[in-house]
Amino acid sequence: MKTRYSFGGDEHVFVECDEEMSLQAFFKGLSMTNAVRESKIKGVTEICPANASFQIKFDPDVISPDDMLAELKRLEVSASKGVSSIKTRIIEVPVLYNDPWTHETLMRFRERHQDPNSTDIEYAARINNLETVDNFIKAHSGSPWFVSMVGFVAGLPFLYQMVERGRQIEVPKYLRPRTDTPKLTVGHGGCFSCIYSVRGAGGYQMFGVTPMPIYDPAQSISYLKDFMILFRPGDIVKWRPIDRPEYDQIVADVDAGKFVPRIREVNFSLEEFERNIDGYNKKLEETLYGH
Amino acid sequence: MAIKVVSPGLSTTVQDLGRPGYYHIGIPLSGAMDRAALAAANLLVGNDESAAGLEVVFMGPELEFTAPTIVAVTGGEIPPKLNGTPCETWASFAVKSGDVLSFDFLKAGARAYIAIAGGVDVPVVLGSRSTYTLGALGGHEGRKLMAGDVLPVGVASSKARAGRSLEQKLRRKTSNPAELRMLPGLYWHRITEEAGKHFLSDTWKVAPEADRIGYRFRGGKPIDFVPRTPPFGAGSDPSNIVDACYPYGSIQVPSGTEPIVLHRDAVSGGGYFMVGAVIAADMDLIAQLQPHMPARFVAVDMPTALAARKDMNAQAAAVRASLQS
Repeated sequence: MKTRYSFGGDEHVFVECDEEMSLQAFFKGLSMTNAVRESKIKGVTEICPANASFQIKFDPDVISPDDMLAELKRLEVSASKGVSSIKTRIIEVPVLYNDPWTHETLMRFRERHQDPNSTDIEYAARINNLETVDNFIKAHSGSPWFVSMVGFVAGLPFLYQMVERGRQIEVPKYLRPRTDTPKLTVGHGGCFSCIYSVRGAGGYQMFGVTPMPIYDPAQSISYLKDFMILFRPGDIVKWRPIDRPEYDQIVADVDAGKFVPRIREVNFSLEEFERNIDGYNKKLEETLYGH
Repeated sequence: MAIKVVSPGLSTTVQDLGRPGYYHIGIPLSGAMDRAALAAANLLVGNDESAAGLEVVFMGPELEFTAPTIVAVTGGEIPPKLNGTPCETWASFAVKSGDVLSFDFLKAGARAYIAIAGGVDVPVVLGSRSTYTLGALGGHEGRKLMAGDVLPVGVASSKARAGRSLEQKLRRKTSNPAELRMLPGLYWHRITEEAGKHFLSDTWKVAPEADRIGYRFRGGKPIDFVPRTPPFGAGSDPSNIVDACYPYGSIQVPSGTEPIVLHRDAVSGGGYFMVGAVIAADMDLIAQLQPHMPARFVAVDMPTALAARKDMNAQAAAVRASLQS
């Protein structure tokens, strides 16, 4: 892992912790962004952590770009031991895989897809050697996922699958991005899953939808009253496959203000996770479901 | 005091100077794309320069005022008319109750700014009144204006008066072809030396897909990449990276074909490499580019970017000094 620094114009420093994705790279970025926050460097206006990199926005009228860069490099040394465990949350996300809305949308954009003769989920199952869509859903929902970035559009989580690299689902993005994606689509591109918080353009393969809103600018949904965005970097997600009747029930419950997402506090330790991935995930699930 | 929207124009939105601080969760800066023009319009009508006004794109709205007030129009040349009679731009003028402000066809530039004494008084969301349409956030109901909308206006300051005008030399002209100064960096190392040369020497044209999220350019040669084994998680296309933050002003080139400069409603991150970023001093210029206009990217170094920034700040100070009397 080699840290690479670059200016993004005269107002940003871009720091790539590693060229490739890993939880180690995420945690290195987390350590450094925490260090930047704590050091209260004058002129820093915003700290944006990402999957394996981060960005610092600064005011060059307050701190010169060279001084900003020197401060960050100084912090890299002190942050190198860094955090590898965090107090966070595990959140259950119900998913209707193979839903009618993403199906309608993916059929409209078939000519932009690698395989116009199958659906996104069939294609993803095949190229990941999972044989059937059911097996794919089992693989996708079988382990927890780590929110390694929030962004693109308001409140959209990027999710990294918490399994050995050899088992991680990987798919290419659409050949050309779609101009439409249903709201709350569960998508996947590269090694990342995501939940589209709003309707709009997108290039990720579409596998299903969740009935659980994750962004509410009106702040009228019961669990989004305090803040309009649900996810934070470091959250852990467990997908739960649901059927259409349950999907409809959750939509009705959300509308009635009765839906309460299943969220539990949890400590995550990268070392312990890496020592025994399946065992650790099982413990996370026990925390979520309380048995 | 309110403004009735008789017809909305193409895409008129409420904007102030922006909503910094939430980019890390995907909520962009938003705010006027031509910040200097909105600031000047506000100062002309006696507002704080960060008050909310209206950003007009290509085609102006028709607005009716429910009470007497002071108004100013700045920015691109979309000539305003009061009750059908042309009125001066970059100058404050009085309107009476029932007066209608409308606009003639676009002559130059792309975006005009309307300031009203007291400012457009929509609710402040996350510290700003700016509209972020993709997120349905801020502004008037989180969207562009529609016929029949009624916009509340705040209380005018004691400094509001008609007949204030910004001297010619302080009004920014648009240049054609546009030269956008950029600092090469970010993932510049991903492209070949030859590709870097023609990226900077080619003349690009603004594509029709040019909006508040980003300005797309086409017409230059496709970019060749330095060969690599794709890093895990990035995706197989040579233009893919492990999804990262996109700086405001950054220039991404999906598949190496059409550069996109992200603007005020930028997507905050994604999986396309970037060749660098347009310097802060030239971001306002982009707001005034029309589709099909030629543009060039000019590589500069950091000292040049900072010198341009100093000039921009000096210009803003001169506008302030000239109008706050």
